[in-house]
Amino acid sequence: MTVSSRTATAPAPDASGSLPPTAATGDRGDRRERARRWRASWRRRETRAAYAFLSPWIFGFVVLTAGPMLATLWLSFTNYDGITQPKGVGFENYRQLFEDPSVAKSLMNTLLFTVMRVPLSMAVALALAMLLMRVGRATGFFRTLFYLPVMTPSVAVGILFLLLFNGNVGLINTVLGFVGVDGPSWTTDGDWIKPGLVLTTLWSVGSTVIIYLAALKNVPEELYEAAEIDGVGRRQAFVHVTLPQISGALFFTLIVNTIASLQTFTEAYTAFFGSSNSQTYSNDAALFYVVHLFQQAFQYMHLGYASALAWLLFLVILVITLIQAKFSKRFVYYEGEQR
Amino acid sequence: MAAPSGRTRRTACSVAAVLGLLPLAACGGVSVADDTSTTFTTMGFGLGDAIATSRIDDARKALDGMELQINEGAFDEQQFLSAVAAGDPPDVVNMDRTLIGGYAARGALLPLTDCVREQSIDLKQYRASAIDEVKLNGSVYGMPDSFDNRILLMDASVLKKAGHSASDVDTSDWEGLRELTGALKKQDGGKLTRIGFDPKIPEFFPLWVRANGGSLISDDGRTARLDSPRVVEALAYTTGLIDEQGGWGKLKALRDSFDQFGKGNQLVQHQVGAYPMEDWYVNVLGDTSPQVDLGSGYFKDREGRPVNYVSGTGWAIPKGSRHVEEACTFIRTMTSTRAWVKAAAAKAKDVRSRDAYYTGDFTGNRKADEIIESKVWKPTGKKAFDEATRRLYDIQKAGFAVPANAAGTEFKQAWQDACNRVLSGEQSPKQALEQAQQEAQSALDIANQGRE
Repeated sequence: MTVSSRTATAPAPDASGSLPPTAATGDRGDRRERARRWRASWRRRETRAAYAFLSPWIFGFVVLTAGPMLATLWLSFTNYDGITQPKGVGFENYRQLFEDPSVAKSLMNTLLFTVMRVPLSMAVALALAMLLMRVGRATGFFRTLFYLPVMTPSVAVGILFLLLFNGNVGLINTVLGFVGVDGPSWTTDGDWIKPGLVLTTLWSVGSTVIIYLAALKNVPEELYEAAEIDGVGRRQAFVHVTLPQISGALFFTLIVNTIASLQTFTEAYTAFFGSSNSQTYSNDAALFYVVHLFQQAFQYMHLGYASALAWLLFLVILVITLIQAKFSKRFVYYEGEQR
Repeated sequence: MAAPSGRTRRTACSVAAVLGLLPLAACGGVSVADDTSTTFTTMGFGLGDAIATSRIDDARKALDGMELQINEGAFDEQQFLSAVAAGDPPDVVNMDRTLIGGYAARGALLPLTDCVREQSIDLKQYRASAIDEVKLNGSVYGMPDSFDNRILLMDASVLKKAGHSASDVDTSDWEGLRELTGALKKQDGGKLTRIGFDPKIPEFFPLWVRANGGSLISDDGRTARLDSPRVVEALAYTTGLIDEQGGWGKLKALRDSFDQFGKGNQLVQHQVGAYPMEDWYVNVLGDTSPQVDLGSGYFKDREGRPVNYVSGTGWAIPKGSRHVEEACTFIRTMTSTRAWVKAAAAKAKDVRSRDAYYTGDFTGNRKADEIIESKVWKPTGKKAFDEATRRLYDIQKAGFAVPANAAGTEFKQAWQDACNRVLSGEQSPKQALEQAQQEAQSALDIANQGRE
């Protein structure tokens, strides 16, 4: 920057001789004021009580989440095996990520699973929630019914997958057989394992249903009445009234389900890797990223490398979430929001 | 409602904080190592039958004055590793012998050299192939416990209906076996309803490799040989047998539907013609379906010699065990000739009291097996079961195991994954085994770094 340009853009002193507040000095002032208020708030008994109530969570977060995260960051630069002292290896573990064929394979498996599962589970949950809106007094009963499978342990769901999707005697292929369809080998054919697991996870779509049901109940009835007066059909009302009104809930479930899918582990691990027997018949199509991470950490004892794998997943999830948040500004409507 | 007083609020805050922290502490699994404890703990061993309970009774007496805590359930790698890393391991652990080398190489297990010397344990009483599995660089890290043998089991009525006999199931004649497989299999529409011959891969793949004159790893456990021609040929042949029956998907789906431990098992339902199987299954059949038309035979190599792939569990002492001397006593007692014979007698009595067939027990202790065969086991009167038992006692001499190696789980997983990639049609046998060779050798090299 030249001297002349600095002179040209410098603010002129006012009549009293002091400089007017710039954006920078204003920000500093705001920060000081906020800090002062925060310190002052500690004099209030309610504030201290609030932090006391929050302390178990803060302790839990620091000790059980933030602490281990920082520990894994450090371990990711070592060759720690859980038994001997860790030794620094620099960026070796991160370099190995690019050479390990299982990383690319498991990432691709996980992304494919996410791409299939998230839209499907959202669509099914929305359809069920809309059905629930129409059943009147029995809503409570069905709401409980749909939510019950969420209580089923994921390990049981993994076993259920093997039973329901057995190519020979499984319920799914038996039903398909009634309509003349020769069902695939869901549990052994690499092309069908992921679709089978996606269908299995629909079992626990109940929590998303509850969120959508709450959102649908909040859509003002007047909007539908106005749309009806304007001669809008049901499909158009769904697209132009319902979807924008519940877009906040849709966005929330998109983020949460995407993260959960990228971290998927239990069902696939139980079915294909969890016991010595299932491990023997493991299938690369079910090798999800967290399964690979778990194997590296707790079967092969490469805890340093597994820590690097964990940080890569963290970055992948962060990037995907930021992209989703960025695009959400164009599609998500919040009541009272000014655009 | 009146607003709570300041004192009430302070009390509530304190209670909330304490109640919040207590579960957190409990979740962390806080435990304090105590060298003076009189509780002796085990991991990876269950009390499923008289064979287990009788030996545990003996061990309890040997550990006079100590309280024995048996943490039942299969060996869990994560649980074990966490316990060792936290410095709070069990006193002894029972695990698959193929894992012992890997843990020993990482220093998670103590060598039993002092234990053997101080308690004068005769290593010759154990089966040599089992001792090979628990030895790393000349040191013994475990004592053999169970000992699983493999023989051929057959559905004699299926063979008969197809115009064959047990002697036609000949694994030394690969072309003949392929033809027999096609003749015994049964399909209904697109479904496989009977497996003609099940090669049982990936789990029995080492058996096929040995039968073909190859090996998965060098005798010193340092060099993988997964891409050698004989290994590739064995994988190509066995996957070919499965393709002959409609492919892996159909065969596995049928196999998964077997009621293996029930009265309607695969031999009762005529769902399989013949297959290699572990010895314990003869006991299961004797218990659940003694009426089954059973046939048996030796698994032979391509020269016609009987070959027996053996595996099983072993006892080891983890690093950090608080009762090393007592652990040695425990292991010596559990694997002793006397304890095995007494346990087999108890089990035989129990089985016979239920009018089922006792078909013998097969242990890692050679001397115990000789006594069990001659003194405890008695012919049942059912020719097929007696033949199977005699074959099992006979075949123990031809036992071989995959040599111990420092990569343990990773080595095993490499060749199993290779089999699975071929079975799922992802790779050819050569491609899969070349990849497995790289993975296994890399794991072996890393695990052997710094070792002589």
